[in-house]
Amino acid sequence: MRIEVNGDAREVTGATVAAALEELGWREARVATALNGAFVPKAARADTRLTAGDRLEVLAPMQGG
Amino acid sequence: MRSFYGVTLNTPLMLGTAQYPSPAIMAEAFGASKASVATVSLRREGGQGQAFWDIIRGFGVHILPNTAGCYSAREAITTAQMAREVFETNWIKLEVIGHADTLQPDPFGLLAATEALAADGFEVFPYTTEDQVLAQRLLDAGARVLMPWGAPIGSGLGLNNRYGLKTLRAAFPDAPMVIDAGLGLPSHAADAMEMGFDAVLLNTAVAQAGDPVAMARAFAMAAQAGALAHGADPMAPRAMAAPSTPVIGKAWL
Repeated sequence: MRIEVNGDAREVTGATVAAALEELGWREARVATALNGAFVPKAARADTRLTAGDRLEVLAPMQGG
Repeated sequence: MRSFYGVTLNTPLMLGTAQYPSPAIMAEAFGASKASVATVSLRREGGQGQAFWDIIRGFGVHILPNTAGCYSAREAITTAQMAREVFETNWIKLEVIGHADTLQPDPFGLLAATEALAADGFEVFPYTTEDQVLAQRLLDAGARVLMPWGAPIGSGLGLNNRYGLKTLRAAFPDAPMVIDAGLGLPSHAADAMEMGFDAVLLNTAVAQAGDPVAMARAFAMAAQAGALAHGADPMAPRAMAAPSTPVIGKAWL
């Protein structure tokens, strides 16, 4: 299905946030996720299902002031 | 020094991690600054996040994630939740920005987000103005630290409203307060510390200096000098001169 990942359209086959992360190569990465603007804790990724058109944000540590 | 949610800092300096010419210079500047807190953010993973995190972790300082760039309480709350998971800390430098030109806090969004996050177990460091009424509301909402601005973020203007900041300091003698944003020179940091603030937080003044490492060292010395001076109970200023050399015993020439 087609979802939006960090603002870019991506095609994923996984049905959950956890599966999508795995597919995108972020299984081991220190990242935090939000789906359609709501925080998805790490423990909930495997149970959070994706539907076409969802907006997935995958954030990582970055420079900040 | 007043503690920050039970944490007593070794030095009164908090330093940002953005805008350095290189990661190596950032690391050297951190060493020179003797900062006890590093501020960080969360951004879309583009491949550099993991390496950056390894560098920051190596500093061995407290991590203070921010919600920079958030313009609504909702956005800031979600960002804070994500930051707590990634950085494994309840500390959050809460920024809810109200205007793009001044980057001044939106007091209404800030209060709403502070209330929600404090209730959810966060230890909130709200980036606020020198407004005393807002400060009281933030404390009532569960903030145990205040971070009044010196001047708009990145402006380097120093302490824009010394009267307001002095009043704020005097109004809440028990609240730990950090002057956050707007500092441009070490003298600004010394000034803030002499006024009785507990720490200063800066980024651009060090990162964008021609020599960030030297500037980091200068800020470290200034912040410590200001803190020492505050503790030493400065003399009261007076309008007229008063000779410091004894008048008695002066020769009749």
